[in-house]
Amino acid sequence: MAGNIIELVGLTKKYGSQTVVDGLDLAIKKGEVFGLLGPNGAGKSTVILMMIGLTEPDNGSVRVCGIDSTRNPIEVKRRVGYLPEDVGFYDDYTGLENLVYTARLNGMTPNEAGQRAEQLLARVGLSDEANKKAGKYSRGMRQRLGLADVLIKNPEVIILDEPTLGIDPTGVREFLELIIKLSKEEGLTVLFSSHHLHQVQKVCDRVGLFVSGRLLAEGDIQALSQKLFSGSAFIIEAGVSEAAGDKQGGITEQGNPDRLMEILQHIDGVVSVTRKDNIFHIECSRDLTPIIARAVIDSEAELNYLNKKEYGLDDIYYRYFEGGLDHE
Amino acid sequence: MIYITDISKEGWIMNDTVKQSQVSVEPREAKRLSFFSRVLGKIRSARNNRTAHPFRVIVEKEITDHVRSWRFIILVTIVALTCMGSLYTALTNMGKAIQAGETERAFFFLKLFTISDGTLPSFFVFISFLGPLLGISLGFDAVNSEQNTGTLSRVLSQPVHRDYLINAKFTAALSVISVMLFALGYLVMGIGLIAIGIPPTAEEFLRINFFILLSIIYVAFWLNLSVLFSVRFRQPATSALSGIAIWLFFTVFYPLIINLIAKGIEPSKYAPGYVLYLYEKIKFALVQIIPNELFSEATTTLLMPSVRSLGPLTIEQIHGTIPGPLPLGQSLLLVWPQVTALIAATILCFAISYYSFMRREVRSR
Repeated sequence: MAGNIIELVGLTKKYGSQTVVDGLDLAIKKGEVFGLLGPNGAGKSTVILMMIGLTEPDNGSVRVCGIDSTRNPIEVKRRVGYLPEDVGFYDDYTGLENLVYTARLNGMTPNEAGQRAEQLLARVGLSDEANKKAGKYSRGMRQRLGLADVLIKNPEVIILDEPTLGIDPTGVREFLELIIKLSKEEGLTVLFSSHHLHQVQKVCDRVGLFVSGRLLAEGDIQALSQKLFSGSAFIIEAGVSEAAGDKQGGITEQGNPDRLMEILQHIDGVVSVTRKDNIFHIECSRDLTPIIARAVIDSEAELNYLNKKEYGLDDIYYRYFEGGLDHE
Repeated sequence: MIYITDISKEGWIMNDTVKQSQVSVEPREAKRLSFFSRVLGKIRSARNNRTAHPFRVIVEKEITDHVRSWRFIILVTIVALTCMGSLYTALTNMGKAIQAGETERAFFFLKLFTISDGTLPSFFVFISFLGPLLGISLGFDAVNSEQNTGTLSRVLSQPVHRDYLINAKFTAALSVISVMLFALGYLVMGIGLIAIGIPPTAEEFLRINFFILLSIIYVAFWLNLSVLFSVRFRQPATSALSGIAIWLFFTVFYPLIINLIAKGIEPSKYAPGYVLYLYEKIKFALVQIIPNELFSEATTTLLMPSVRSLGPLTIEQIHGTIPGPLPLGQSLLLVWPQVTALIAATILCFAISYYSFMRREVRSR
């Protein structure tokens, strides 16, 4: 597998009796944007720390750019830029000085370091703030400074650990666009860890779903959602009250909720329908909202509301977990 | 109407013209100035075009941080003021000392560091008192503050060995302390020289240098102890307090405890000689654990050449000795165990902090 820039084989990490990472196998190709998706405490950060040699694995091997991270972390760190979760800067130093320090730690001369730092500050849009103390930066600015800090060593791979945490939506969008742009321009491999499905979806070519130390599924978003939901990617919730049939004297057949359920179940594309009092949960493989609305109205029941539910990550992995248990 | 900015601009211009006129009046001065600035500029540009070893980069940064920090400025002020105070008392009491003492080999110059009239402690007592404070305050937040601000994981994700960071922290603090103590010691010497007018002999000068070196080792011990606490404790306040607690324990409580023990095991006045000797030996050995005690024993020996022995001596050992000052070599030989113990304690602290720092997993925050 010559094209793989990151290769993890049987990676295991234990803290005491607790296994945080359990036999992880993962390969990331060169030039790819890979999203490591998982809830808090899934072990994403631990995996990343092992990749750059800040933590030793208990078992298995990590190879980044063909170099063993455990044996030779310095060489790996020369090639890999790592943006930690909630990155910190020296508050008394300006943004520029912080970057220059990092550059000099990477063996640049002060002149080179200064030039490169200024270029990168311009690229991440912080030129105006270059001489402001890093302690005065806002969260979003710190994150962008962090990106510049990661790029200053001309890395082959950049690893971003929860980079969008705590930034407002506009900031997140700008930041993600910046990452995409930079990775495409420089041909970088990007590993991106997050617990936001939507952000990962926007940026990543391929996603690994990582729960409780194990990689549950891997692939592009389409493949992943197909795998996870076996076709039922949409849930539509309909609040229905019984039809005003009383006025016409007697309950009509069609206004009956049981009858409605049957109708809904026969719509093409609906996977399952469950009902709790007057609220229907309809799972379907396509977006059937208009068809369902018409069906409810045709059945002469009163449609109070119709709500298309989208899956958050929680739903996805919860769901996958359920499925996984069923299979066993 | 003249605005303030205009005035200041005019001031600028005036300054410039004044400078220019000065330059034109003294062309030689100007030439020398430009020569210096050219050399400085060359050095600077050479520095700016050279890649420095990462270790050096970290040390440079740490030294800059120390020197610029308020903490260090305050410490320097305190230490400098107390030194000047003790120098003043030493100078005012110098006359008495010279009259009273033997004229020939009295080591007048060393008295600058040791004399006191009781109102203010002497220089070396001050150092033994302020040294721990200096060491603790320069090291107590070395590692944990970097961890808390999240810079630790960022620096360690650069291609540097992990031990560079802790070694650099130690090197930087130590070099700052060394420069400071040497500067202070030489300042006291210089002022003393001007004030009393007696130049130091070569031996006195060497003794003072050894004394300063010893002080540096002593401060290095406290520095390492506080670095150790900064690795172990997440909160800088906790680590500072534990350092101060140890300091207080050794200066206040440990002597108390030793007194209690000594009283408990005190033999009768009529006990045989070897029992008395053993008792004195035990008392002496118990005290030797305290770094302050080690330091003050060593400094007294170095600064007062008439001190001939540190532990208890039997009459047989003293028999036949001629009272008089020891030569430098012999004084050094006498304090060798104390110095070794201080260095050993320093290395031990460093080793523990090094080990726990290397094994530590570096998370962000």
